[in-house]
Parts: sequence; structure tokens; C-alpha cells
Amino acid sequence: MPPSRFETWLHPTPSGLFCPPGGFYVDPGRPVDRAIVTHGHSDHARPGHDAVLATSETLAVMRMRLGDGAGHAHQSLGYGEKLTIGDVDVTLRPAGHILGSAQVVIEYGGQRAVISGDYKRRADPTCPPFELVTCDLFVTEATFGLPVFRHEPDAREIGRLLHSLATFPERTHLVGVYSLGKCQRLIALLRHAGFGRPIWLHGAMKGACDLYEELGIPLGPLDLVSEAKQSLAGEIVLCPPSALKDRWSRRLADPVTAFASGWMRVRGRARQYGVELPLVISDHVDWPELIATIEATGAGEIWVTHGREEALVHQIGLMGKRGRALALVGLEEEDLE
Amino acid sequence: MKAFSELLDHLVYTPGRNAKLRLMQDYFRATPDPDRGYALAALTDGLPFSFPVRRTLMNLMTRRLDPELFRLSRDYVGDTAETVALAWPEPATLPAPPRLGDIVAELELMDRNALESRLETWLDSLDSTGRWALLKLLTGALRVGVSARLAKTAVAEMGAKSVTDIEEIWHGVAPPYLPLFRWLDGLAPRPDVTGAPVFRPLMLSHPLEDSDWEALDLADFAVEWKWDGIRVQVAAGRGEVRLYSRTGDDIGRGFPDLLAGFNFNAVLDGELLIMRDGEVAPFNDLQQRLNRKTVTKRMLIDYPAHLRLYDALEIDSVDLRPLPLVERRAKLEAWHASARPPSTDLSVPLEPAGKDELLQVWQGTRGLSIEGLMLKRLASPYIAGRPRGHWFKWKRQALTLDCVLMYAQRGSGKRSSYYSDYTFGAWTTHADGQTELVPVGKAYSGYTDAELLELDRWVRGHTTDRFGPVRAVTPGLVLEVAFDAVQRSSRHKSGVAIRFPRINRIRWDKPASEADRLETIMGLFEK
Repeated sequence: MPPSRFETWLHPTPSGLFCPPGGFYVDPGRPVDRAIVTHGHSDHARPGHDAVLATSETLAVMRMRLGDGAGHAHQSLGYGEKLTIGDVDVTLRPAGHILGSAQVVIEYGGQRAVISGDYKRRADPTCPPFELVTCDLFVTEATFGLPVFRHEPDAREIGRLLHSLATFPERTHLVGVYSLGKCQRLIALLRHAGFGRPIWLHGAMKGACDLYEELGIPLGPLDLVSEAKQSLAGEIVLCPPSALKDRWSRRLADPVTAFASGWMRVRGRARQYGVELPLVISDHVDWPELIATIEATGAGEIWVTHGREEALVHQIGLMGKRGRALALVGLEEEDLE
Repeated sequence: MKAFSELLDHLVYTPGRNAKLRLMQDYFRATPDPDRGYALAALTDGLPFSFPVRRTLMNLMTRRLDPELFRLSRDYVGDTAETVALAWPEPATLPAPPRLGDIVAELELMDRNALESRLETWLDSLDSTGRWALLKLLTGALRVGVSARLAKTAVAEMGAKSVTDIEEIWHGVAPPYLPLFRWLDGLAPRPDVTGAPVFRPLMLSHPLEDSDWEALDLADFAVEWKWDGIRVQVAAGRGEVRLYSRTGDDIGRGFPDLLAGFNFNAVLDGELLIMRDGEVAPFNDLQQRLNRKTVTKRMLIDYPAHLRLYDALEIDSVDLRPLPLVERRAKLEAWHASARPPSTDLSVPLEPAGKDELLQVWQGTRGLSIEGLMLKRLASPYIAGRPRGHWFKWKRQALTLDCVLMYAQRGSGKRSSYYSDYTFGAWTTHADGQTELVPVGKAYSGYTDAELLELDRWVRGHTTDRFGPVRAVTPGLVLEVAFDAVQRSSRHKSGVAIRFPRINRIRWDKPASEADRLETIMGLFEK
């Protein structure tokens, strides 16, 4: 395959995706001079950069998570505002992944590239929806890049959680969730389903929940498990996935362990975590959404950053487009934080 | 189908027995007939079909999905049926799903050649959980971590009955079990199975402990050899005859030679043996005829079945169970002398002069066909279950325990592709009432090559978890472990170490719940 025509102004490096005419990296895995960060998850927002450009929400998330490591100079850019950096124009568009998440749109020499970061297409009460941008080069993740991954409707999965709570009212329902994004989305979905009681949190979830509330996302009554006076039988407790099997959970009443993740679609994966109630709730696109998005961008060339790129690149070929696996190091699977 | 598939989906992830019971009860309460009856049949392995689906699925999938994408998906998921269930392309809106009852009714009559096109229609009308459940249903074995007994317990508790009540009539009712559910719902009397060849739950024995032996007055007990076959119940009447295993499974199809001559009206308890020229053959010979749905003429000649009777539960429609053993025994003898059913005899009681003599008999117990001694209280009625103080089993001196297979590990060298090293456990009950298996030892010898193949297959089919070369399995297979001694050990969680254990026999017939308890093993400590 001949080298890509985009290669001169956008290409992968050991530090991450680099744009020479703009002099910046997107989601670099190592400290760099100038970084554009799509969203605040740790595999995209690394510490130690000099200058960081991102949405104001993502910058707030980075300051909360990284403190002094969040970078020296912060510049925020609102969704849809155009900024010229060197010889390129940069715009951020909502990615629908978590609060503040953005696609980076780069225009250079009459060509447009969209680096989508992580994204989803479903409605999420905690962040603005994904905005489709037509382009020549679309850079996508492939976290769920196999036809077996199809996420169930959120309402169905929340219904299963509430049904289990009704079936086993004497047991704590302990739900493993990614502490940033998934946690707040799950809370918002529960509120939307009419669950008004306090939701109990592992200490690791508190910072992000407080920040979401500060940024105007109401989450309803939240309490810390560490301050609970009672056994929390029949209550919903949210914790990081790593705490599901931790000694920490011993204080809970015969917990039903649940895990909200796109991986829960595959039984072997759910069993691997010893989960009793797998909930297929993901902040990534599933396979049909991935294919539909690629098609809708109109891009003739698709780069795949991470995930199950082999199947997706094969599929891109079947669609008559040019596909390329970047295999960027450092980008991780959804639940391994 | 939706409620049923959601039930299976829940059960497969739910480890707790009580939680499983509640899920099943909720389902049986909320689901109308006949669907719930077919669900009960499926959960008790009572569906009369089993379709090999792998090739059919490959054919169907090739038409729906790019082969390379299917291959990558299957590599990731690790199971063809689950991959198809997940990756099957779904229309934007599904048509109304088929009912479980309709699917089962159709499958019962289905020609194998018609399956592919019908399956395609069904797959097109189900969601992914429904597709997964349908494919499980087709194979005839659900494997969702529910034993037939647990499913029966769930319906029993739903109707405020005991599982024994259900067992009593189980073989007198058939899917979709309408009279059974009417009774459980309180809308009809108990289904009348009088005279029908139903299974009567067995009376079981306890191992004889030292304290039992010391307290025991031999004058109150009948003593018999404990024959080395398998415990069976023959139920014959109304022109029908059934042969039940100790768990109530109908195993009659494997023993047509035996049943052909049983045209009487009685329910009898005895030991199934292979007998040649009046000699009981080793257990291994009997094993050749177990777990088979059909039997060849050659096997009937090489391994002739025989029934050695020791108790009668019913004769000519009279329930003898309330009578003391001594009276049941007299009636059995009188009946046998006149009925003279072929391929049967009576287990003749021993008449030791006293306990010293009996102890000598027990110490001298060897021989391949005898497992030890049975001591049965003469005054005891026939009580379903395992009542204390009535029947004792006194296994011969070579120490054996019935343990439950917990983990299997790949062997090395020639055995590197086999799960050949077995960690087995015994039951223990904690102070909080929770019962669990604790590992008590590990063995990797004692079985034949053919048995190794079967064990390996069983392990692969019952894996619940993997840790590198080790697989955890569902607690469903009992291994009779022979060993030299038991010692105290602080290195093992169980507190016991078993010396030189080997697999003496694979107890395909024995339910895991009836395996030995840790206390029994503790009672074997060398003094």
C-alpha cells in the first residue's frame, strides 16, 4: 500500500499522533510541548505536558485528577470555535463519550481530518451528543470492533438492575463502574428511571461526582459507603471495578456484584470478573454504530487507534475504504483503569 | 421465550443456591402454562430431543456474516453458539418472539433436515439472550448450574410442598406438567399416581462411626453385605415397568434384558449388578452398561444384568413403607418365592453370633463384589431421605471417600492435553450455616485411559473458571478416592491431608450433594 496522502501533516509517533504543520500532538502518551487532549480519561490525558488545549470541562477534569501534573499552560476551546495553530485550523466537536469529550477536527490544505478520541452515539444525560463531521480522514477507536459487540438499550440494562434490586431487597447491589464518566452516567440513568434514594459511593468516585455537579450535572443524593451507619442492604453502591472483589466490599450485605461495561456482552468476560449481574452499558460505540459512523463521515481513509483493529480494518476494506491500524501504545481498554 | 431466556441468563451468573431458587420461583409464578412446564422439563433434563447444532450454525452464519469477521469473533468469544447468538444480524424491530411452549412442541416432532430453516426463522425473531437460550435448548442440556433436584425444589417451595412430594409423583406426570402446577397453585388435588410406576424417594444410610458401633445392639439390626453395584428402584404396575437410579433418573432403557421379565405390580429396592454363572462381576463390568441410552446385543450377552433385592416399598398396590423392616422383609420373601421374577434374587442377611464375630467378618471383607456391610434397624419404617440412626453403611477396610471434583489441571508429557490431575473436596458447613466444598486432596492416578478421556471431556464441559492450566468445574462429579490414611495438616485449608490418594472409581451415578463431609474425613484421623 502506498504511503497515505495525509502522512505529511498527520502521523503516528512513539509519543502519539503528531500534526507537524500545527506543531501539536493529540492525546500524547508521553509528556510533550503542545498537546490537544480529547477527554479526561487517564489513557488520553497524561500528566506532564507543557501546554494543553482542550474543552474547559476536560481541563477541569485534568486539574482534578492530575493536580500539578495537569500541564503548565491551559487553553480552553469551546465546541465549534475555530482556532488557527501554525498552518492548521483546529475545531473541537462533541464526542458524546464523557463530560467535556471532544473530537479534534484539523483542516489543512483543503483536507479535513477528524480525530474522534473515544466516542459514543447514544444519548447521555451527562454530556452533549456526538456531532457528526464529514471528513477525508477519520481516526477512530475500535474498542468494540467485533460484530459480537452490540450494546443493549440503556433503559433495558437499568431496568435489569432495578429488577434485581426488587428481587433481592436484602442484598446490596454493588456496581463496578469506571469512576469518571460511567459512574455519573449510571447515576443519571438511575435518576431518569425514577430511582430517587441516595446512591452510595466508594471514596474513589467522589471527586468526579463533585466535579460533575459543579459543572452543572445534577446527580441527586449521594453518600459515601465509608460513612454508612447501616449495612446498605437493598441499596445501590458504586465502586471502581477493581474494588468489586476487594476486601473493601466485605462490609456490604451479601452483595450482588454487577459491572457496567460493554465487555459484559461476552459471557466469558463477565465470568472472568465473577460478576453476578453483567450490565451492558458502554461509553463507546458498538459495532453497528462504529460502521454507521465511519460510513456517515464520508471519509475515504480510516485510521484505527486501538482496540480490535484487525476486524475493523478488514471491515473497512469490505466497505471499499482504505483502513490502517495505528496500534498506538498506551491507549487502553475501557475497564482496565 | 423472553422470560425463559432471561431466567437462564440470570441463573448462569448466579452462584447462590437460594438466589437461584428465588429466580426460578419468580419465573414459575409469573409464567403461564404450558411455557413454565416446558421450562421445568428443560431445567430437569426432561426434554426428549438433542440436536447437534454446530454445523447448522456454521451454515447459517456463512450466509449472514463475512467469514473472516465470524472467525475473529469466534476466536474472541471462544464458543460457536454464543458467537452466533451475539453476532446474528438483527432487524431494526423484532417480530413477536415465539413462545417457549411452541418451540418445544415443534422441536419434539422435528425432522433434523428441517431444523436449519426453522432455526433461521427463530433466530430472526429473538434478541441476543433469546438466541443464546434457544441454542442451549436445542442441545438438550442447559448447563446453567441448576440440578434437576434444585429445579424440583423451586417448584415444590412455590407450592409450599417438599421436594420429596414432587419426587413421589414426578414420574407420573409429564411435560408440560399441567396437573402438577394446578396442584402447586392450590387449584387441584395432588395428581393421582396410584399404581403408576413412579419413583419413591430412597431411604439412605449413614456411615457407621465408632460411637454408633459402640452404642449399637446387634439384636435390633439386620446385617447384609453391601453389594458393589448401583442402588436402583424397580417400579412396575399397570403394564409398565421403570428402573430408577438413586436420584430418580429413569435408566431403564439401558437394561431391557432385566425389565423384560418384570410383569408384576410392585416397587422394589435393590442393587443392580452384572452376574455371570451365579457370580457377581466387578463394578467395572457394570460400568460398561451405565450411561448408555441404547445397548447392543453383544453387551446383553457379555454383561448380563441382575437385580439383588433387599427391600419392598409396595406390593400389589399396598404401600409397605410404614411397616417395620422386619415385616417388609417377610413380605418381600413371600412375594419373591411366588412371583419368581427372572434375573433377581434376594440379598441374604448375615447372622453373626455377636459383635465380635461381626467385626471379624467386616475385617475379612474383601472380594470385588462386596463394598462392606449394611446394618439396618429391624423396627425402622422406610423413610425417604437420610434419617439418623436407622441404616448404617460400614465400608470395608480399604479406606475410600466419595469426594467432589473441584479443579482439574493439565498433566505433563503425554497427558499435556488432558485434564488429568484432580483436586477434590468434601462438604463442610460453617457456623453461619453456609455449606461449601473444601479441597481435601489431589490425585492423578487410578483411572484407565478410557476413563481419562471421559473425565477430560467432563471437565471441559463443566468448566466455570480458568487459572492458567487449571480449570475450576461445577461441583457435579463424585470421585471415589481410595487412600492409605488421613492426617491432620495445618498447610491445607481443610485441616486434613490424605496420604496416597488415587481415583478408585468415578461415581457417575452419585449426586455431588451426597458426597462425603469433612467431618467424616476428620473421623478417620490416625490415632
